[in-house]
Amino acid sequence: MSREVTNLLYLVTIVTFILALRFLSNPATARRGNQIGAIGMLVAIGVTFAQSEIVSYWEIIVGMVIGGAFGAVAARKVRMTAMPQMVALFNGVGGGAAALISLAEFHNRAPDPGTLKTDISTSIMLSAIIGSISFAGSMVAFAKLQELIGGRPIVYPLQQPTNALLFAAVLAAGIAIAAGAEQQWLIWAVVAGAALFGVLFVLPIGGADMPVVISLLNAFTGLAAAATGFELENNVLIVSGMLVGASGTLLTILMGRAMNRSIANVLFGAFGQLAPVAAGAAAGATDGQVRSATVDDVAVMLAYAQKVVFVPGYGMAVAQAQHDVRSLADLLETRGVEVSYAIHPVAGRMPGHMNVLLAEANVPYPQLHEMDEANNEFPRTDVALVIGANDVVNPDARNNTGSPIYGMPILNVDQSQQVVVLKRSMNPGVAGIENPLFLNPKTVMLFGDAKESIEKLASSVKTV
Amino acid sequence: MSHGLLLTFELTILVLAIFLGFEVISKVPTLLHTPLMSGTNAIHGIVIVGAMLVVGAGHKDTLTTIVGLVAVVLASANVVGGFVVTDRMLEMFKKRERREPDS
Repeated sequence: MSREVTNLLYLVTIVTFILALRFLSNPATARRGNQIGAIGMLVAIGVTFAQSEIVSYWEIIVGMVIGGAFGAVAARKVRMTAMPQMVALFNGVGGGAAALISLAEFHNRAPDPGTLKTDISTSIMLSAIIGSISFAGSMVAFAKLQELIGGRPIVYPLQQPTNALLFAAVLAAGIAIAAGAEQQWLIWAVVAGAALFGVLFVLPIGGADMPVVISLLNAFTGLAAAATGFELENNVLIVSGMLVGASGTLLTILMGRAMNRSIANVLFGAFGQLAPVAAGAAAGATDGQVRSATVDDVAVMLAYAQKVVFVPGYGMAVAQAQHDVRSLADLLETRGVEVSYAIHPVAGRMPGHMNVLLAEANVPYPQLHEMDEANNEFPRTDVALVIGANDVVNPDARNNTGSPIYGMPILNVDQSQQVVVLKRSMNPGVAGIENPLFLNPKTVMLFGDAKESIEKLASSVKTV
Repeated sequence: MSHGLLLTFELTILVLAIFLGFEVISKVPTLLHTPLMSGTNAIHGIVIVGAMLVVGAGHKDTLTTIVGLVAVVLASANVVGGFVVTDRMLEMFKKRERREPDS
């Protein structure tokens, strides 16, 4: 197949990817979009097979069978609650592939010094460094989300200077290679150093900040793919990689905004370490008492309400309570209660996490309300039922200038008539911050596992 | 086409893709942010093209074969996993299913 025809067919792939993203603007067309994208990917793979450069097929086929089988099984088996780590994993393998491609390309093309043009060697370096960071960082994010390692930030003295030094060294080696020092060991050092940096860079980032990290790593992999495109002089890689880069960047910015924190603060702030001093000082103003309620109390409250808003957080995901929440909501709806869900942009561990979980439980998506919409509703809400959410409903973010989360936009559940908080215990949330909402006179606490509590509430509502 | 000219074309395409990307993605509702992430994940699986070109090339040594083969494995997992998981997710978003209890 001639180069021209190949490029034209790659253009078809580019168009399908753009359509796939375009169709994502509406839940009704999104699935078809994804299928169109998948067809585009098949076209690209087919076209690549037909290229004259490719003379040996068995390695490709073996690799595809192994990788494809793993991907298919993992993607089908994974539970919706484990989706953040699955997204991190698939993101990481993409970055890893980009880094390996650069490694092999350099190894193949660099033996004779001076054969690589500067722009090609620069792209090889960029793709190797970014891809490697993305791979290692995503694996750490995966390990944190899968709870193979603790979710709290891991910090040690001189952490940021060490990381900065490491990164500078990697960059210097990369620049040296791009400038013409075509030593084989240097690129291995670059890839290994970048991987180490990826690990060290994600370790100090706490669980609650994962939505930002995952979005950022997503952008990284996209950029690595685009750099690979420059290295191979391949348009489909450049465009697709950059579309992903743009998407990841945009999501990173949106997540940062939803926490009212700069991206630098999220990445380097080691947020969520236990900060007892600040929390103690902040809690000074409130001396209220925590009121705990029984299941029957809450059931009556819900059953006679006109409008109930569910406010899910990561705790709902952990307890796998989304189906029970839906059943309870159905029960309330048959009694004529108006039900909706208030979704904070950073609730959970990745952008849109709660939406996916509730969609899995067959909650119709028009009931899933974004923060602004939900905040308009709270003043006319009878009961706000907070299920495993904490920081995203913390009024300190609005009122207490001393609070670490001051300024973060929150769901104003305290504006509803009554608030019920489902919580396992009085332990502070993932960010380790006190929450005066629990001391609010409007608030009652229902302690216990979220799933069990919701089940009990449902059976109790039936008898009311 | 000279190498320099090719590079300028590529840069042009890159910049246009950035603007197009922001334009298209800013229209995606927050409701679909997770499928957006996993969908774009699938799209960057396009590195499989690069991995195929590396490992399918004629003259290559053992190191290239091994590295390239691993790259194909990772990229294929990325492509298949990305599209399948996104499909599973998007299948769940429904406006309103049968209202009566299904128990």
